[in-house]
Amino acid sequence: MIRLLRAALAAAILVVTPALAHNGVIHLGDINISLPFTRATLPNAPVGGGFLTIENAGTEADRLVSATSEVAGETQIHEMAMEGDVMKMRQLAEGLEIPAGETVVLAPGGVHIMFMGLKQAFVEGETVAVTLTFEKAGSVEVLLPVAAAAADMPAGAMVH
Amino acid sequence: MALRTLRIWLWVAVLGLALTAVAGALLLRPQQKVAGSFGVAAFDLVDHHGKPVDETVFAGHPSALFFGFTHCPEVCPTTMAEMAAWFEALGEEGQDLRAYFVSVDPERDTPALLGDYVGWVSDRITGITGDPVQIDSLARAWGVFYEKVPLEGGDYTIDHTASVFLLDRDGQFQGTIAYREDMATALGKLRNLLARS
Repeated sequence: MIRLLRAALAAAILVVTPALAHNGVIHLGDINISLPFTRATLPNAPVGGGFLTIENAGTEADRLVSATSEVAGETQIHEMAMEGDVMKMRQLAEGLEIPAGETVVLAPGGVHIMFMGLKQAFVEGETVAVTLTFEKAGSVEVLLPVAAAAADMPAGAMVH
Repeated sequence: MALRTLRIWLWVAVLGLALTAVAGALLLRPQQKVAGSFGVAAFDLVDHHGKPVDETVFAGHPSALFFGFTHCPEVCPTTMAEMAAWFEALGEEGQDLRAYFVSVDPERDTPALLGDYVGWVSDRITGITGDPVQIDSLARAWGVFYEKVPLEGGDYTIDHTASVFLLDRDGQFQGTIAYREDMATALGKLRNLLARS
């Protein structure tokens, strides 16, 4: 019953505002997006990374299929990993699966949104807008606050 | 019968002596200086002012050497930001230390592009770029791996070694700082390098 109410409420919210931020969490259907951030770019660096946490509260897997942004000529979803002392990066052409009931973290050193061909530098304290499209949940615009150049988490986020 | 046993035992003794001699020769053999040649390469490249630089640039002061590129999404900016923090934390103590950022993407990284990029870190870091063949021989000397990876839309990125090499006053390899090495450990290695140089 509670679950049905919650679903009804979620549906109602969905109709009014597709992306309601609540306590810093953006809800889009069964998808909850939190802790978005990016990093300040160095002079002349034409690329930047976007990071956030995606929770799939639903019972069906969803997939982040694309990311688009006005700030970059091209925005892709990438995965990187250290192999020995070599950092390797790959585009996830098929997007990123968000399994049912699981949380996927896009973080430095791992999966991230890759902004290429930046039209301007990312400046600490400003925000960068990116539109994420999920296979089932649809699209939502997320604002990524720009943190320091080597930040591992959004400014002001606390480690508990 | 007794004679035959004696003969077997004599052969065993001979074999034992021979083994001892071989083992002794191997152990006493002079150690080869493998480390001494690591990173040693002659090169002719340009710094971020467009001035020629060669292997003598690493002489006369301790150095931190990194191979990267300005289109690098994460490893390079992170390492540059950490390097800036090292310089700041060392202060006066680190005044002899010089840093070098060698581009593994010389086709795109012009001296002017590199200048602003490394200038963000410190005035004691030099960007190095130039002839791809010369870059390649320098990278090979340091055992640095780098490889272009095509991306959708005709762009490319580069997989590359993410470590920072530490060189003494003579340009000899002394150790590395790993990617995202803990700040205190990195500073310890740099202080150690400064003390020995």
